[in-house]
This record gives sequence, C-alpha cells and structure tokens, in this order.
Amino acid sequence: MGENRVHALRGVDLEIKRGEFVAIMGASGSGKSTFMNILGCLDKPSSGRYLLEGTDVAALDKNQLARIRNRQIGFVFQGFNLLSRTTALENTELPTLYARIDKGERRERAMESLQLVGLGDRTDHFPSQLSGGQQQRVAIARALVNRPSILLADEPTGNLDSRTSVEVMEIFQKLNDKGLTIILVTHETDIANFARRSIVFRDGTIRRDGLIANRSVATDVIKTIPQLED
Amino acid sequence: MDFLSTIQIALRALLRNKSRSILTMLGIIIGVGAVIAMIGIGQGADQTVQKQIATLGSNMLFITPGSGTQGGLRVGNGSTKTLVEGDVAAILKECPAVVAAAPATQTSAQIVYEGDNWGTRIIGTTPEYFDIRTWAFQSGTSFTRDDVTTAANVAVIGETVRKNLFASTDPIGKKIRIGNLPFLVVGVLVAKGQSAALSEDQDDTIIAPLTTVQKKMTGQPWLRFAMASASSRSSSYAAQQQIKALLRDRHRIRAGATDDFSVRNLADIADVASEASKVMTLLLGSIGAVSLFVGGLGIMNIMLVSVTERTREIGIRIAIGATESDVQRQFLLEAITISLLGGLIGILTGVASSFVISSTAGWPIAVSTTAIFVAALVSIAIGVFFGFYPARKAARLDPIEALRYE
Repeated sequence: MGENRVHALRGVDLEIKRGEFVAIMGASGSGKSTFMNILGCLDKPSSGRYLLEGTDVAALDKNQLARIRNRQIGFVFQGFNLLSRTTALENTELPTLYARIDKGERRERAMESLQLVGLGDRTDHFPSQLSGGQQQRVAIARALVNRPSILLADEPTGNLDSRTSVEVMEIFQKLNDKGLTIILVTHETDIANFARRSIVFRDGTIRRDGLIANRSVATDVIKTIPQLED
Repeated sequence: MDFLSTIQIALRALLRNKSRSILTMLGIIIGVGAVIAMIGIGQGADQTVQKQIATLGSNMLFITPGSGTQGGLRVGNGSTKTLVEGDVAAILKECPAVVAAAPATQTSAQIVYEGDNWGTRIIGTTPEYFDIRTWAFQSGTSFTRDDVTTAANVAVIGETVRKNLFASTDPIGKKIRIGNLPFLVVGVLVAKGQSAALSEDQDDTIIAPLTTVQKKMTGQPWLRFAMASASSRSSSYAAQQQIKALLRDRHRIRAGATDDFSVRNLADIADVASEASKVMTLLLGSIGAVSLFVGGLGIMNIMLVSVTERTREIGIRIAIGATESDVQRQFLLEAITISLLGGLIGILTGVASSFVISSTAGWPIAVSTTAIFVAALVSIAIGVFFGFYPARKAARLDPIEALRYE
C-alpha cells in the first residue's frame, strides 16, 4: 500500500474570494471530494498549503479546526445528514450548542435560520415528516445558524427532483447575493450554471476554471418547471 | 457544549432505546441492590446477635466444670464434680477483676399449678445470679440470702413458665409444685427472649435457692456451672485469666495439664458471633462486586454498539463543529447516566429488600447511609471506567469516514 501512494489532488492552485459562488465539477474520483474535505477542514493536505482567511490551516490543532468548522463554515450534504428523531428546530440549533451560545439565543437564531429558508412553520417536525426538499432546507438552516462566511455544499441536489433542486439553488443565489461565499460540488451542469464560476477537476488536477457565461437565475427557471402534486 | 445540554442529549439517547437501556442497567441494579441489601441485612443481623448476647448479662463470665481427664477418661462439660461452692467464694474474694459471682446447679422437673403442668429447667443459685445477668423482675422480688441459707421452698419463674401456668392470674404468692415439693412463687422475671448464643429460650426456667435444689432435688453438692461479672467489659479478659489461674491452683492442676473447667468470656462469644456476620457480609459484598463488574462490562458493550450505530451522527456532529472532547463527554455522560440511574434504582431496591427481609426475620432495620453514598459513587465510577473506551472510540472517529457510514 505505502509504495503505491495515490495523490487525490496534485498541483491545485487557486484562490476563492469572499462573496464568490463557485461550482466544483468533475467525475467521481476526480478529486473534488478531497478538495471539499480540505476546504471544510475535515481533512488536511499531505503537502501544500490551504489558507483560510489568511490562516494556514495546517498549523491549527484539532480543537481549532473544530472551531473553524463550527463558526466559519456551514456544511450541506447530499444525504441531508439530519439527526433522526430530532425536530427541525433542534437540528438547526445543533451548531450553536457547540458554539457555547446560551439557550435563549440558540432558539432565536435557529428560528431565524429556519425562517430564512422558508420553514418557519415546520419547526417541530421530525426529518421523517418532511419532504426531501424540506429536509435539505433544514440542513441549510443548520449550516447558516452560526452565521458562517463560507457555505460548503456537497451535491446538495443529488437526492432531489429538478424543481426542488432549483428551489435550493434559489436559496443559494439569495444567500450569495447577500455576500455569503458558496462552494458547491455537483456533477450536473444545469446546477453548476446557477453559480458564478465553475472549476472542473479531472484526475486530481484542475481541468478548467472560469466564469459561467450564461448564468441561470433560479427565480426565473422555477417558473418554467411545473409544480408536482404532492 | 454546556453540561445541561449534554445531559439532555444523553437522556434522550437513552430514552430512544428504553428497553435496551433498562436491560443494560439491570446488571448495575442487581449489583448495587445486592450490596445495599447485604450490608443492611448483615448489620441488622449483627446488631441482633450483639443485643442477644448482651441479654446474657453484663460483662458476664461463664464457668463450667469438665474437659478434664479423670482416670484416663475424658468427660464432657458439666458432668464432673470438681466445681464447688468454695471455688465461687474464692473467685469473688481473690480475683480483683470480678465484682460478683454466683454458683449454680441445674436440673429439670415437671411443674404443676392447679390443673396445669409444664416441664422446665430448674436453676439453683444465689440472688447475685439476677444481678450478673442483669435480669429484672416484672413483679415480685428475688429470693433472699436467708432463703439460700435455710433452703427455703421459694421460686422465681420466667416469662414462658408464667404464660403456661398463670395465663390470667397473678403468680406472686401462689403455691406451685416442683416435682413432689411445694414452692411459693416470689418473683416473675421480665422476658429476655431467645438466646442465639445459647440457642435456648431463656425465659423457660424456674430459679430457686441453690441449697434447696441441691439438697431437696438433685442431691448433688457440686455445681453444674457458675457465673461471674467482671468490673467492666475491658476487664473481662483479665477476670477470665484470674479465674483460670485461681481454679488451676485450687484444683491442683499441674503445669502443662489440661484444665478441669472452662471459663468463657462474653466478649469472646460476642466476637465470634460478629466475626461470623462479618464473613457473611464480606461474602455477600463480593457477590455484589462481581455483579457490578459484569454490569459494567454490559454498559461497555452497549456503548460500543451505540457508538457503531451512531457513527453517522458522530460524523455530523464533528463536521458541524463538535470537538473530540465534546463527543467524548457526550458518550461518557451517557454511560454514567445509565450506571448512575441503575445505581439509584439499585439503592431503592436494596433498601426495600433489606426492609422486607429484616422485618420477616424480625431483625432491626439497619440501612447504612455510608453504603448508599458509596454505592452511588461506585456507580458513577463504573460509568466512567466502562464508558471511557467507547467514548474515546467515538471521539476518535474520522469525520469523513463517519459521514460516509451507512
């Protein structure tokens, strides 16, 4: 094993500025997941540097990394990753618990976050009582509750139908318009087109990096998709 | 994460698997319950034995003839003729640690009062006997020294005899017949109850002047036993040694030869009894300790299962900012909650069962607060000890792997 070292990423050099909306694309095994894990401080590069807001992440200890994941980064996953048998509100509240925010403010922030994603009326529902789109919105609310500067979304629409996917993109575009940096991993070009910039990975290197020419606007796209009956 | 939220999360996780949590607690419940009940019962039994021994008399010494060799034959206790009244008088006079002494003989006879009769033990002794045994009268008085001198036909009866012969009448002044002799009842003793040490009903007795029993009933001038009182509990051993030395001298026993008498010290009897109950408590306590250990292993097992089941949850928590110590604390607290809750239920069960057993056996209820306190601490310690490894395992999970876990 040790002899055949596989480099998930090689010679990747890029900069993402505050307020950008970047779509990371690539086939599976292209290295995009590793790239996201490094950006999300879940993984450290074996060599090279990752500067997050000017700080070299490699120099930080586990607790400092946990703190960054908690305060500066919000995660949205493909499989929603909500805690089952835990209400939408409590799921949303979870990061504030680890931020040691006191109880009153925790509630307040979680409510605010859920309202932002349009789920102010579903706070006491369990994940099993919510549709996929609603679950993903709870996950977004959770990612936003500690007011992070970066939102990392790993295939957030992978488990959603096309209309719900666009609804999620609508939320992302609104958040980005307010100044939130969003990095979105997807393999669907349609979804990537909602971002401002796209980076394509292949075999651990950047294949293409450029601005998206015909950017889709979710609010417009949504009108063209017929609403499905529940 | 603050402590209160951690406890809330732990409780919720346990409530999610109610039956599993309860089954896991069972080991601790049984262990703690056993220890608490055993200590309670052991102490209750010990107190009872001590109390029963105390009813024998204050700082009492019990002297019996026998265990000597007579003409090459070893004879049993109480059947030799070597202990005499002169010995008892000498003990009182020459042993400084002895404050009272009473010679005694014993026989049994049928007692008749009007139509009823009752077979019982007759003890012939002097009035000092009642003092040595700290035996009070519920009515009437003791016979006197004069009664002993004149071999008067007077008797003091025990509670069991009174119950059987004088169910509804006052026995004082009544005439009873012991064997063929008429006796006047002068006193009734208070009940002392069953003696655990001597395993007999102490109240099933009639006590009469020594001379009366010796001359008119047994025809034996020697003593069956004698009793003496040491000046204090701490001097009982000294008194025992003094009596031994004196009797060896009086009976002309050569150095190296065995005594033709035995002197038992009440403190010895009490010590033997409490030693026995200590061994019992220790034994039962170790059974409890073993089940606590097994219960702890059960907690560790379930916590390991729980960590595996909740790998994804742990991954999520780490991804959104839980530190290693946050995760570790959460799982450790869950283990402690199981063991402490089990411990508390165990304490309740233990206290309840020692109440039930004590009241069934008629022992005093001795619930030790120290034992309860220690049991609670031990349960927490078990949670920490057996919960540590699973919690550590949870905290060390790789979040990327954990999030991918199905």
